[in-house]
Amino acid sequence: MADAGLAQRRNSGTAGAYAVANTLLRFSPLLILCAFWEFLGLSGVISQQMLPGLGEIAQAFVKLLIEGNLLYNTLRSISRAATGLGAAVVVGILTGLLMASFRPVRLLVNPIVQIFYPMPKSALIPVVMIWLGLGDSSKILLIFLGCLLPVIVGTYNGARGVNPFLLWSAASLGASSFEVLREVVLPGAMPDILTGCRTALAFSFILMVSSEFVIATDGVGYMISSLGDGGLYPAMFAAIFFVAAIGFAADRGYAAFARRVLRWREA
Amino acid sequence: MTVAPAPPLAQNAATGIAIHDVSHTYGSGGGKGVLALDRINLDIGDCEFHCLLGPSGCGKSTLLYLIGGFIPVQAGTIATGKGPVTGPGPDRSIVFQNFALFPWKTVKDNILYGLKKVGFGPEERERRAQNYIDLVHLTGFENAYPSQLSGGMQQRTAIARTLAVDPVILLMDEPFGALDAQTRRVMQEELRAIWRRSRKTVVFVTHDVQEAVFLADRISIMSARPGRIQHVIDVNLPKDRGEEILEDSRFIQLSEQIWRLVREQAVAATRGAH
Repeated sequence: MADAGLAQRRNSGTAGAYAVANTLLRFSPLLILCAFWEFLGLSGVISQQMLPGLGEIAQAFVKLLIEGNLLYNTLRSISRAATGLGAAVVVGILTGLLMASFRPVRLLVNPIVQIFYPMPKSALIPVVMIWLGLGDSSKILLIFLGCLLPVIVGTYNGARGVNPFLLWSAASLGASSFEVLREVVLPGAMPDILTGCRTALAFSFILMVSSEFVIATDGVGYMISSLGDGGLYPAMFAAIFFVAAIGFAADRGYAAFARRVLRWREA
Repeated sequence: MTVAPAPPLAQNAATGIAIHDVSHTYGSGGGKGVLALDRINLDIGDCEFHCLLGPSGCGKSTLLYLIGGFIPVQAGTIATGKGPVTGPGPDRSIVFQNFALFPWKTVKDNILYGLKKVGFGPEERERRAQNYIDLVHLTGFENAYPSQLSGGMQQRTAIARTLAVDPVILLMDEPFGALDAQTRRVMQEELRAIWRRSRKTVVFVTHDVQEAVFLADRISIMSARPGRIQHVIDVNLPKDRGEEILEDSRFIQLSEQIWRLVREQAVAATRGAH
Protein backbone atom coordinates (compact mmCIF):
# COMPACT_ATOMS: atom_id res chain seq x y z
CA MET A 1 0.00 0.00 0.00
CA ALA A 2 2.76 2.38 1.01
CA ASP A 3 4.57 1.58 -2.23
CA ALA A 4 1.47 2.28 -4.26
CA GLY A 5 0.97 5.58 -2.46
CA LEU A 6 4.58 6.52 -3.04
CA ALA A 7 4.39 5.58 -6.69
CA GLN A 8 1.30 7.65 -7.05
CA ARG A 9 2.92 10.64 -5.39
CA ARG A 10 5.98 10.29 -7.55
CA ASN A 11 3.71 10.04 -10.56
CA SER A 12 1.76 13.16 -9.72
CA GLY A 13 5.11 14.83 -9.02
CA THR A 14 6.37 14.08 -12.52
CA ALA A 15 3.01 15.09 -13.97
CA GLY A 16 3.27 18.41 -12.15
CA ALA A 17 6.83 18.94 -13.35
CA TYR A 18 5.73 18.07 -16.85
CA ALA A 19 2.93 20.66 -16.68
CA VAL A 20 5.33 23.35 -15.47
CA ALA A 21 7.81 22.48 -18.22
CA ASN A 22 5.03 22.57 -20.76
CA THR A 23 3.88 26.02 -19.62
CA LEU A 24 7.43 27.36 -19.69
CA LEU A 25 7.86 26.01 -23.20
CA ARG A 26 4.62 27.61 -24.31
CA PHE A 27 5.75 31.03 -23.13
CA SER A 28 9.29 30.63 -24.44
CA PRO A 29 8.69 33.13 -27.29
CA LEU A 30 8.83 35.75 -24.52
CA LEU A 31 12.54 35.00 -24.34
CA ILE A 32 12.91 36.07 -27.97
CA LEU A 33 11.18 39.31 -27.08
CA CYS A 34 13.58 39.82 -24.16
CA ALA A 35 16.59 39.14 -26.39
CA PHE A 36 15.27 41.60 -28.96
CA TRP A 37 14.77 44.16 -26.20
CA GLU A 38 18.37 43.76 -25.00
CA PHE A 39 19.64 43.90 -28.58
CA LEU A 40 17.83 47.19 -29.30
CA GLY A 41 19.36 48.81 -26.23
CA LEU A 42 22.88 47.39 -26.56
CA SER A 43 23.17 48.05 -30.29
CA GLY A 44 22.18 51.65 -29.76
CA VAL A 45 19.17 51.60 -32.07
CA ILE A 46 17.24 53.02 -29.14
CA SER A 47 19.20 54.78 -26.47
CA GLN A 48 19.72 52.85 -23.24
CA GLN A 49 18.31 55.83 -21.45
CA MET A 50 14.91 55.29 -22.99
CA LEU A 51 15.10 51.50 -23.19
CA PRO A 52 16.97 50.38 -20.10
CA GLY A 53 18.34 46.85 -19.91
CA LEU A 54 16.24 44.14 -18.33
CA GLY A 55 18.74 43.69 -15.52
CA GLU A 56 18.46 47.34 -14.64
CA ILE A 57 14.67 47.08 -14.68
CA ALA A 58 14.79 44.05 -12.39
CA GLN A 59 16.97 45.96 -9.93
CA ALA A 60 14.60 48.91 -10.05
CA PHE A 61 11.70 46.55 -9.43
CA VAL A 62 13.27 45.10 -6.29
CA LYS A 63 14.01 48.60 -5.08
CA LEU A 64 10.46 49.77 -5.77
CA LEU A 65 9.13 46.77 -3.92
CA ILE A 66 11.31 47.25 -0.86
CA GLU A 67 11.79 50.99 -0.58
CA GLY A 68 9.12 52.40 -2.83
CA ASN A 69 5.38 52.11 -2.49
CA LEU A 70 4.65 49.90 -5.48
CA LEU A 71 2.54 47.46 -3.47
CA TYR A 72 0.58 50.22 -1.78
CA ASN A 73 -0.16 51.95 -5.09
CA THR A 74 -1.10 48.67 -6.72
CA LEU A 75 -3.51 47.86 -3.93
CA ARG A 76 -5.08 51.31 -4.24
CA SER A 77 -5.55 50.77 -7.97
CA ILE A 78 -6.93 47.28 -7.62
CA SER A 79 -9.40 48.31 -4.97
CA ARG A 80 -10.79 50.96 -7.36
CA ALA A 81 -10.92 48.53 -10.26
CA ALA A 82 -12.56 45.84 -8.13
CA THR A 83 -15.21 48.24 -6.81
CA GLY A 84 -16.09 49.54 -10.27
CA LEU A 85 -16.00 46.09 -11.85
CA GLY A 86 -17.98 44.48 -9.05
CA ALA A 87 -20.73 47.09 -9.29
CA ALA A 88 -20.77 46.73 -13.08
CA VAL A 89 -21.15 42.95 -12.83
CA VAL A 90 -24.10 43.19 -10.43
CA VAL A 91 -25.88 46.03 -12.24
CA GLY A 92 -25.01 44.61 -15.68
CA ILE A 93 -26.38 41.13 -14.97
CA LEU A 94 -29.59 42.55 -13.49
CA THR A 95 -30.06 44.93 -16.41
CA GLY A 96 -29.37 42.23 -18.99
CA LEU A 97 -31.85 39.84 -17.37
CA LEU A 98 -34.53 42.53 -17.15
CA MET A 99 -33.96 43.49 -20.80
CA ALA A 100 -34.33 39.89 -21.89
CA SER A 101 -37.46 39.35 -19.81
CA PHE A 102 -39.42 42.58 -20.22
CA ARG A 103 -40.10 44.25 -23.53
CA PRO A 104 -40.43 47.82 -22.16
CA VAL A 105 -37.01 47.57 -20.47
CA ARG A 106 -35.55 46.20 -23.69
CA LEU A 107 -37.02 49.02 -25.78
CA LEU A 108 -35.72 51.59 -23.31
CA VAL A 109 -32.21 50.29 -22.72
CA ASN A 110 -31.25 48.65 -26.02
CA PRO A 111 -30.69 51.84 -28.07
CA ILE A 112 -28.65 53.36 -25.25
CA VAL A 113 -26.47 50.27 -25.07
CA GLN A 114 -26.01 50.18 -28.83
CA ILE A 115 -24.94 53.81 -29.05
CA PHE A 116 -22.51 53.71 -26.15
CA TYR A 117 -21.07 50.25 -26.81
CA PRO A 118 -18.44 51.26 -29.39
CA MET A 119 -17.53 54.52 -27.62
CA PRO A 120 -14.03 54.51 -26.10
CA LYS A 121 -14.77 54.87 -22.40
CA SER A 122 -11.49 56.69 -21.75
CA ALA A 123 -13.13 59.65 -23.51
CA LEU A 124 -15.18 59.98 -20.32
CA ILE A 125 -12.11 60.66 -18.14
CA PRO A 126 -12.49 64.47 -18.30
CA VAL A 127 -16.22 64.14 -17.72
CA VAL A 128 -16.00 62.07 -14.54
CA MET A 129 -13.25 64.41 -13.31
CA ILE A 130 -15.55 67.42 -13.71
CA TRP A 131 -18.42 65.55 -12.03
CA LEU A 132 -16.63 63.88 -9.16
CA GLY A 133 -13.23 65.52 -8.82
CA LEU A 134 -9.88 63.86 -8.21
CA GLY A 135 -10.87 61.33 -5.55
CA ASP A 136 -11.56 57.62 -5.87
CA SER A 137 -15.18 58.07 -6.92
CA SER A 138 -14.37 59.52 -10.35
CA LYS A 139 -12.19 56.53 -11.28
CA ILE A 140 -14.64 54.03 -9.84
CA LEU A 141 -17.46 55.58 -11.87
CA LEU A 142 -15.36 55.46 -15.03
CA ILE A 143 -14.45 51.80 -14.52
CA PHE A 144 -18.07 51.01 -13.67
CA LEU A 145 -19.34 52.64 -16.87
CA GLY A 146 -16.70 51.00 -19.01
CA CYS A 147 -17.31 47.52 -17.60
CA LEU A 148 -21.09 47.79 -17.54
CA LEU A 149 -21.79 47.44 -21.26
CA PRO A 150 -19.97 44.16 -21.97
CA VAL A 151 -21.70 42.60 -18.96
CA ILE A 152 -25.13 43.85 -20.08
CA VAL A 153 -24.62 42.69 -23.65
CA GLY A 154 -23.30 39.27 -22.59
CA THR A 155 -26.15 38.70 -20.14
CA TYR A 156 -28.80 39.91 -22.57
CA ASN A 157 -27.60 37.71 -25.43
CA GLY A 158 -27.19 34.73 -23.14
CA ALA A 159 -30.62 35.16 -21.58
CA ARG A 160 -32.30 35.53 -24.96
CA GLY A 161 -30.58 32.38 -26.16
CA VAL A 162 -31.80 30.10 -23.37
CA ASN A 163 -33.69 27.11 -24.79
CA PRO A 164 -37.39 28.04 -24.40
CA PHE A 165 -38.26 24.42 -23.59
CA LEU A 166 -36.22 24.80 -20.40
CA LEU A 167 -38.42 27.72 -19.37
CA TRP A 168 -41.53 25.67 -20.13
CA SER A 169 -40.15 22.70 -18.23
CA ALA A 170 -39.51 24.78 -15.14
CA ALA A 171 -42.95 26.41 -15.36
CA SER A 172 -44.66 23.05 -15.73
CA LEU A 173 -42.81 21.80 -12.64
CA GLY A 174 -44.31 24.71 -10.73
CA ALA A 175 -41.68 27.48 -10.88
CA SER A 176 -42.95 31.07 -10.70
CA SER A 177 -41.79 33.63 -13.29
CA PHE A 178 -39.24 35.00 -10.83
CA GLU A 179 -37.98 31.51 -10.05
CA VAL A 180 -37.69 30.75 -13.77
CA LEU A 181 -35.59 33.91 -14.16
CA ARG A 182 -33.29 33.09 -11.25
CA GLU A 183 -33.09 29.33 -11.59
CA VAL A 184 -33.23 28.81 -15.35
CA VAL A 185 -32.50 32.01 -17.29
CA LEU A 186 -29.54 33.07 -15.10
CA PRO A 187 -27.67 29.73 -15.16
CA GLY A 188 -28.64 29.22 -18.81
CA ALA A 189 -27.09 32.56 -19.69
CA MET A 190 -24.01 31.93 -17.54
CA PRO A 191 -21.60 31.00 -20.36
CA ASP A 192 -22.27 34.35 -22.09
CA ILE A 193 -22.32 36.25 -18.80
CA LEU A 194 -18.88 34.90 -17.94
CA THR A 195 -17.55 35.88 -21.37
CA GLY A 196 -18.92 39.40 -20.92
CA CYS A 197 -17.33 39.63 -17.49
CA ARG A 198 -13.97 38.57 -18.89
CA THR A 199 -14.08 41.45 -21.36
CA ALA A 200 -15.10 43.72 -18.49
CA LEU A 201 -12.14 42.51 -16.43
CA ALA A 202 -9.75 43.53 -19.21
CA PHE A 203 -11.48 46.91 -19.55
CA SER A 204 -11.19 47.49 -15.82
CA PHE A 205 -7.39 47.22 -16.00
CA ILE A 206 -7.18 49.51 -19.02
CA LEU A 207 -9.41 52.15 -17.45
CA MET A 208 -7.75 51.80 -14.05
CA VAL A 209 -4.32 52.68 -15.41
CA SER A 210 -5.37 55.24 -18.00
CA SER A 211 -7.57 57.18 -15.59
CA GLU A 212 -4.76 57.31 -13.05
CA PHE A 213 -2.48 58.86 -15.66
CA VAL A 214 -4.83 61.81 -15.79
CA ILE A 215 -6.64 62.12 -12.47
CA ALA A 216 -4.94 60.68 -9.44
CA THR A 217 -2.55 61.27 -6.60
CA ASP A 218 -1.77 57.61 -6.12
CA GLY A 219 -2.25 54.25 -7.81
CA VAL A 220 -0.04 52.33 -10.14
CA GLY A 221 -1.01 54.39 -13.19
CA TYR A 222 -0.11 57.57 -11.36
CA MET A 223 3.14 55.96 -10.35
CA ILE A 224 4.04 55.03 -13.91
CA SER A 225 3.38 58.50 -15.20
CA SER A 226 5.22 60.26 -12.40
CA LEU A 227 8.24 57.94 -12.66
CA GLY A 228 8.25 58.68 -16.39
CA ASP A 229 8.01 62.42 -15.78
CA GLY A 230 10.93 62.16 -13.37
CA GLY A 231 13.05 60.34 -15.94
CA LEU A 232 13.26 57.20 -13.81
CA TYR A 233 12.79 54.89 -16.76
CA PRO A 234 13.96 51.57 -15.26
CA ALA A 235 11.51 52.02 -12.38
CA MET A 236 8.79 53.08 -14.79
CA PHE A 237 9.25 49.95 -16.87
CA ALA A 238 9.32 47.86 -13.71
CA ALA A 239 5.93 49.27 -12.71
CA ILE A 240 4.54 48.70 -16.22
CA PHE A 241 5.66 45.07 -16.25
CA PHE A 242 4.26 44.57 -12.79
CA VAL A 243 0.79 45.77 -13.86
CA ALA A 244 0.98 43.60 -16.95
CA ALA A 245 1.81 40.58 -14.82
CA ILE A 246 -1.07 41.27 -12.46
CA GLY A 247 -3.46 41.67 -15.37
CA PHE A 248 -2.26 38.38 -16.82
CA ALA A 249 -2.66 36.60 -13.48
CA ALA A 250 -6.15 38.05 -13.02
CA ASP A 251 -7.24 36.86 -16.46
CA ARG A 252 -5.79 33.40 -15.87
CA GLY A 253 -7.43 33.14 -12.47
CA TYR A 254 -10.71 34.25 -13.97
CA ALA A 255 -10.51 31.71 -16.78
CA ALA A 256 -9.94 28.93 -14.23
CA PHE A 257 -12.89 30.17 -12.21
CA ALA A 258 -15.12 30.24 -15.31
CA ARG A 259 -14.10 26.71 -16.26
CA ARG A 260 -15.07 25.56 -12.79
CA VAL A 261 -18.47 27.25 -12.92
CA LEU A 262 -19.15 25.78 -16.36
CA ARG A 263 -17.81 22.30 -15.65
CA TRP A 264 -21.22 20.87 -16.61
CA ARG A 265 -20.42 21.75 -20.21
CA GLU A 266 -17.30 19.63 -20.56
CA ALA A 267 -17.99 15.97 -20.68
CA MET B 1 -41.89 30.05 0.88
CA THR B 2 -43.34 27.78 3.54
CA VAL B 3 -42.63 24.10 3.20
CA ALA B 4 -45.72 22.19 4.16
CA PRO B 5 -45.50 18.41 4.51
CA ALA B 6 -45.75 17.08 0.98
CA PRO B 7 -48.99 18.03 -0.68
CA PRO B 8 -49.19 15.53 -3.53
CA LEU B 9 -51.70 17.06 -5.89
CA ALA B 10 -55.29 16.20 -5.14
CA GLN B 11 -55.83 12.72 -6.50
CA ASN B 12 -59.56 12.69 -5.90
CA ALA B 13 -60.40 15.69 -8.05
CA ALA B 14 -61.53 15.02 -11.61
CA THR B 15 -58.49 14.57 -13.82
CA GLY B 16 -60.12 14.70 -17.22
CA ILE B 17 -59.63 17.40 -19.84
CA ALA B 18 -62.45 19.15 -21.69
CA ILE B 19 -61.40 20.77 -24.95
CA HIS B 20 -64.12 22.84 -26.53
CA ASP B 21 -64.00 24.58 -29.92
CA VAL B 22 -60.28 25.28 -29.73
CA SER B 23 -58.70 26.91 -32.76
CA HIS B 24 -55.18 28.24 -33.02
CA THR B 25 -53.49 30.43 -35.60
CA TYR B 26 -49.75 31.00 -35.81
CA GLY B 27 -48.30 34.32 -36.91
CA SER B 28 -51.59 36.18 -36.96
CA GLY B 29 -49.88 39.40 -35.90
CA GLY B 30 -49.29 40.93 -39.32
CA GLY B 31 -50.42 39.26 -42.52
CA LYS B 32 -52.34 36.03 -42.87
CA GLY B 33 -51.54 33.48 -40.22
CA VAL B 34 -51.38 29.71 -40.51
CA LEU B 35 -54.38 27.93 -39.04
CA ALA B 36 -52.78 25.15 -37.00
CA LEU B 37 -55.85 23.89 -35.17
CA ASP B 38 -59.43 24.16 -36.39
CA ARG B 39 -62.30 23.85 -33.90
CA ILE B 40 -61.01 20.97 -31.82
CA ASN B 41 -63.58 19.30 -29.57
CA LEU B 42 -62.36 16.50 -27.37
CA ASP B 43 -63.20 15.15 -23.95
CA ILE B 44 -60.46 13.14 -22.34
CA GLY B 45 -61.78 11.09 -19.43
CA ASP B 46 -60.46 10.71 -15.89
CA CYS B 47 -57.36 8.54 -15.89
CA GLU B 48 -57.58 7.95 -19.62
CA PHE B 49 -54.50 7.23 -21.70
CA HIS B 50 -55.14 9.29 -24.81
CA CYS B 51 -52.92 9.41 -27.88
CA LEU B 52 -52.91 12.24 -30.40
CA LEU B 53 -51.84 10.63 -33.64
CA GLY B 54 -51.22 12.30 -36.96
CA PRO B 55 -48.72 13.32 -39.61
CA SER B 56 -46.18 16.01 -38.80
CA GLY B 57 -47.66 19.48 -39.06
CA CYS B 58 -51.09 18.38 -37.89
CA GLY B 59 -50.93 20.55 -34.80
CA LYS B 60 -50.81 17.72 -32.28
CA SER B 61 -47.94 19.31 -30.40
CA THR B 62 -49.70 22.67 -30.49
CA LEU B 63 -52.75 21.08 -28.87
CA LEU B 64 -50.52 19.55 -26.21
CA TYR B 65 -48.82 22.91 -25.52
CA LEU B 66 -52.25 24.54 -25.20
CA ILE B 67 -53.29 21.95 -22.61
CA GLY B 68 -49.97 22.54 -20.85
CA GLY B 69 -50.71 26.26 -20.76
CA PHE B 70 -47.42 27.14 -22.49
CA ILE B 71 -49.15 29.03 -25.28
CA PRO B 72 -52.32 31.02 -24.60
CA VAL B 73 -55.66 29.72 -25.81
CA GLN B 74 -56.83 32.03 -28.61
CA ALA B 75 -60.27 30.63 -29.31
CA GLY B 76 -62.38 28.10 -27.42
CA THR B 77 -61.77 26.72 -23.95
CA ILE B 78 -59.64 24.05 -22.30
CA ALA B 79 -60.59 23.00 -18.79
CA THR B 80 -59.25 20.43 -16.34
CA GLY B 81 -60.48 19.39 -12.90
CA LYS B 82 -58.83 22.57 -11.61
CA GLY B 83 -60.79 24.82 -13.98
CA PRO B 84 -59.86 26.59 -17.21
CA VAL B 85 -56.21 26.39 -18.25
CA THR B 86 -54.57 29.81 -18.00
CA GLY B 87 -50.89 28.91 -17.71
CA PRO B 88 -48.43 26.13 -16.93
CA GLY B 89 -48.65 24.29 -13.63
CA PRO B 90 -47.37 21.17 -11.90
CA ASP B 91 -50.81 19.52 -12.18
CA ARG B 92 -50.06 19.18 -15.91
CA SER B 93 -46.41 18.28 -16.21
CA ILE B 94 -44.76 17.60 -19.52
CA VAL B 95 -42.02 15.52 -21.14
CA PHE B 96 -40.64 17.11 -24.30
CA GLN B 97 -39.22 15.37 -27.32
CA ASN B 98 -35.91 17.21 -26.90
CA PHE B 99 -35.63 16.31 -23.19
CA ALA B 100 -35.28 19.91 -21.95
CA LEU B 101 -33.12 18.88 -19.00
CA PHE B 102 -31.28 21.60 -17.14
CA PRO B 103 -27.76 21.04 -18.51
CA TRP B 104 -26.12 22.60 -15.44
CA LYS B 105 -27.81 20.15 -13.07
CA THR B 106 -26.93 16.51 -12.52
CA VAL B 107 -29.48 13.75 -13.12
CA LYS B 108 -30.47 13.79 -9.48
CA ASP B 109 -30.60 17.59 -9.20
CA ASN B 110 -32.83 17.76 -12.28
CA ILE B 111 -35.28 15.43 -10.57
CA LEU B 112 -34.95 17.17 -7.20
CA TYR B 113 -35.74 20.53 -8.82
CA GLY B 114 -39.35 19.63 -9.56
CA LEU B 115 -39.77 17.88 -6.19
CA LYS B 116 -38.61 21.02 -4.41
CA LYS B 117 -41.01 23.17 -6.43
CA VAL B 118 -43.96 20.95 -5.63
CA GLY B 119 -43.14 21.18 -1.94
CA PHE B 120 -41.91 17.80 -0.76
CA GLY B 121 -39.75 17.82 2.39
CA PRO B 122 -36.00 17.15 2.10
CA GLU B 123 -36.11 13.48 3.10
CA GLU B 124 -39.12 12.71 0.93
CA ARG B 125 -37.41 14.48 -1.97
CA GLU B 126 -34.31 12.32 -1.66
CA ARG B 127 -36.36 9.16 -1.36
CA ARG B 128 -38.59 9.94 -4.34
CA ALA B 129 -35.68 11.09 -6.51
CA GLN B 130 -33.82 7.83 -5.87
CA ASN B 131 -37.00 5.80 -6.49
CA TYR B 132 -37.55 7.35 -9.88
CA ILE B 133 -33.87 7.13 -10.81
CA ASP B 134 -34.07 3.40 -10.08
CA LEU B 135 -37.37 3.12 -11.94
CA VAL B 136 -35.89 4.47 -15.19
CA HIS B 137 -32.72 2.39 -14.67
CA LEU B 138 -30.31 5.24 -14.14
CA THR B 139 -28.93 3.95 -10.85
CA GLY B 140 -25.26 4.89 -10.72
CA PHE B 141 -25.72 7.94 -12.92
CA GLU B 142 -27.16 10.20 -10.20
CA ASN B 143 -24.27 12.64 -10.39
CA ALA B 144 -23.79 12.65 -14.16
CA TYR B 145 -24.53 15.81 -16.14
CA PRO B 146 -26.90 15.51 -19.12
CA SER B 147 -24.02 16.15 -21.53
CA GLN B 148 -22.43 12.94 -20.26
CA LEU B 149 -25.49 10.80 -21.06
CA SER B 150 -26.83 9.20 -24.23
CA GLY B 151 -30.07 10.49 -25.72
CA GLY B 152 -32.01 7.59 -24.27
CA MET B 153 -30.62 8.19 -20.80
CA GLN B 154 -31.39 11.90 -21.04
CA GLN B 155 -34.96 11.15 -21.99
CA ARG B 156 -35.32 8.68 -19.12
CA THR B 157 -34.07 11.40 -16.79
CA ALA B 158 -36.68 13.79 -18.19
CA ILE B 159 -39.41 11.19 -17.71
CA ALA B 160 -38.29 10.55 -14.13
CA ARG B 161 -38.26 14.29 -13.42
CA THR B 162 -41.83 14.63 -14.66
CA LEU B 163 -43.22 11.47 -13.05
CA ALA B 164 -41.58 12.30 -9.71
CA VAL B 165 -43.76 15.37 -9.15
CA ASP B 166 -46.80 13.12 -9.53
CA PRO B 167 -48.85 15.28 -11.90
CA VAL B 168 -52.54 14.38 -12.25
CA ILE B 169 -52.21 15.01 -15.97
CA LEU B 170 -49.11 13.82 -17.77
CA LEU B 171 -48.36 15.41 -21.14
CA MET B 172 -45.89 13.70 -23.44
CA ASP B 173 -44.65 15.14 -26.72
CA GLU B 174 -43.18 12.25 -28.74
CA PRO B 175 -41.07 11.39 -25.70
CA PHE B 176 -39.63 8.19 -27.17
CA GLY B 177 -38.87 9.61 -30.61
CA ALA B 178 -35.15 9.86 -29.94
CA LEU B 179 -34.75 6.40 -28.44
CA ASP B 180 -33.51 3.25 -30.16
CA ALA B 181 -36.16 0.61 -30.92
CA GLN B 182 -35.29 -1.60 -27.96
CA THR B 183 -35.20 1.12 -25.32
CA ARG B 184 -38.34 2.51 -26.83
CA ARG B 185 -40.21 -0.76 -26.38
CA VAL B 186 -39.05 -1.08 -22.77
CA MET B 187 -40.02 2.51 -22.01
CA GLN B 188 -43.48 2.00 -23.54
CA GLU B 189 -44.10 -1.01 -21.33
CA GLU B 190 -42.79 0.83 -18.29
CA LEU B 191 -44.95 3.84 -19.01
CA ARG B 192 -48.06 1.75 -19.44
CA ALA B 193 -47.28 -0.09 -16.18
CA ILE B 194 -46.59 3.15 -14.30
CA TRP B 195 -49.82 4.59 -15.61
CA ARG B 196 -51.77 1.49 -14.54
CA ARG B 197 -50.41 1.84 -11.02
CA SER B 198 -50.68 5.59 -10.57
CA ARG B 199 -53.92 6.29 -12.44
CA LYS B 200 -53.07 9.53 -14.17
CA THR B 201 -54.59 11.06 -17.23
CA VAL B 202 -52.02 10.89 -20.02
CA VAL B 203 -52.04 12.82 -23.28
CA PHE B 204 -49.39 11.33 -25.53
CA VAL B 205 -48.40 12.80 -28.87
CA THR B 206 -46.93 10.45 -31.46
CA HIS B 207 -46.86 9.70 -35.17
CA ASP B 208 -46.12 6.02 -34.54
CA VAL B 209 -49.29 3.93 -35.01
CA GLN B 210 -48.02 0.87 -33.13
CA GLU B 211 -46.93 3.01 -30.22
CA ALA B 212 -50.36 4.64 -30.06
CA VAL B 213 -52.22 1.32 -30.17
CA PHE B 214 -49.93 -0.24 -27.60
CA LEU B 215 -50.28 2.62 -25.13
CA ALA B 216 -53.68 4.20 -25.54
CA ASP B 217 -57.24 3.69 -24.34
CA ARG B 218 -58.38 6.02 -27.08
CA ILE B 219 -56.66 7.51 -30.08
CA SER B 220 -57.48 10.79 -31.81
CA ILE B 221 -56.42 10.74 -35.43
CA MET B 222 -55.70 14.24 -36.63
CA SER B 223 -55.62 15.69 -40.11
CA ALA B 224 -52.84 17.89 -41.36
CA ARG B 225 -53.16 21.66 -41.67
CA PRO B 226 -55.53 22.82 -40.54
CA GLY B 227 -55.38 20.31 -37.70
CA ARG B 228 -58.73 18.69 -37.07
CA ILE B 229 -59.71 15.59 -35.19
CA GLN B 230 -60.78 13.21 -37.92
CA HIS B 231 -61.50 10.06 -35.94
CA VAL B 232 -61.55 9.04 -32.30
CA ILE B 233 -60.88 5.34 -31.93
CA ASP B 234 -61.43 3.17 -28.86
CA VAL B 235 -58.68 0.69 -28.24
CA ASN B 236 -60.48 -2.39 -26.91
CA LEU B 237 -57.47 -4.33 -25.79
CA PRO B 238 -56.73 -5.82 -22.37
CA LYS B 239 -55.70 -3.22 -19.80
CA ASP B 240 -52.54 -5.13 -18.92
CA ARG B 241 -50.41 -5.16 -22.02
CA GLY B 242 -47.03 -6.72 -22.44
CA GLU B 243 -44.85 -7.85 -25.30
CA GLU B 244 -47.38 -10.61 -26.15
CA ILE B 245 -50.07 -8.12 -27.19
CA LEU B 246 -48.02 -7.26 -30.28
CA GLU B 247 -48.91 -10.67 -31.69
CA ASP B 248 -52.57 -10.51 -30.68
CA SER B 249 -54.78 -10.50 -33.77
CA ARG B 250 -56.90 -7.65 -32.38
CA PHE B 251 -53.79 -5.54 -31.95
CA ILE B 252 -52.64 -6.25 -35.49
CA GLN B 253 -56.07 -5.61 -36.97
CA LEU B 254 -56.55 -2.34 -35.12
CA SER B 255 -53.06 -1.16 -36.05
CA GLU B 256 -53.77 -1.82 -39.72
CA GLN B 257 -57.13 -0.10 -39.57
CA ILE B 258 -55.61 2.97 -37.92
CA TRP B 259 -52.64 2.92 -40.26
CA ARG B 260 -55.04 3.20 -43.23
CA LEU B 261 -56.80 6.16 -41.62
CA VAL B 262 -53.50 7.93 -40.88
CA ARG B 263 -52.29 7.23 -44.40
CA GLU B 264 -55.38 8.90 -45.84
CA GLN B 265 -54.51 12.01 -43.86
CA ALA B 266 -50.89 11.93 -44.90
CA VAL B 267 -51.82 11.50 -48.56
CA ALA B 268 -54.37 14.29 -48.34
CA ALA B 269 -51.70 16.48 -46.76
CA THR B 270 -49.22 15.88 -49.59
CA ARG B 271 -51.90 16.61 -52.14
CA GLY B 272 -52.92 19.74 -50.30
CA ALA B 273 -49.35 20.95 -50.44
CA HIS B 274 -49.44 21.27 -54.25
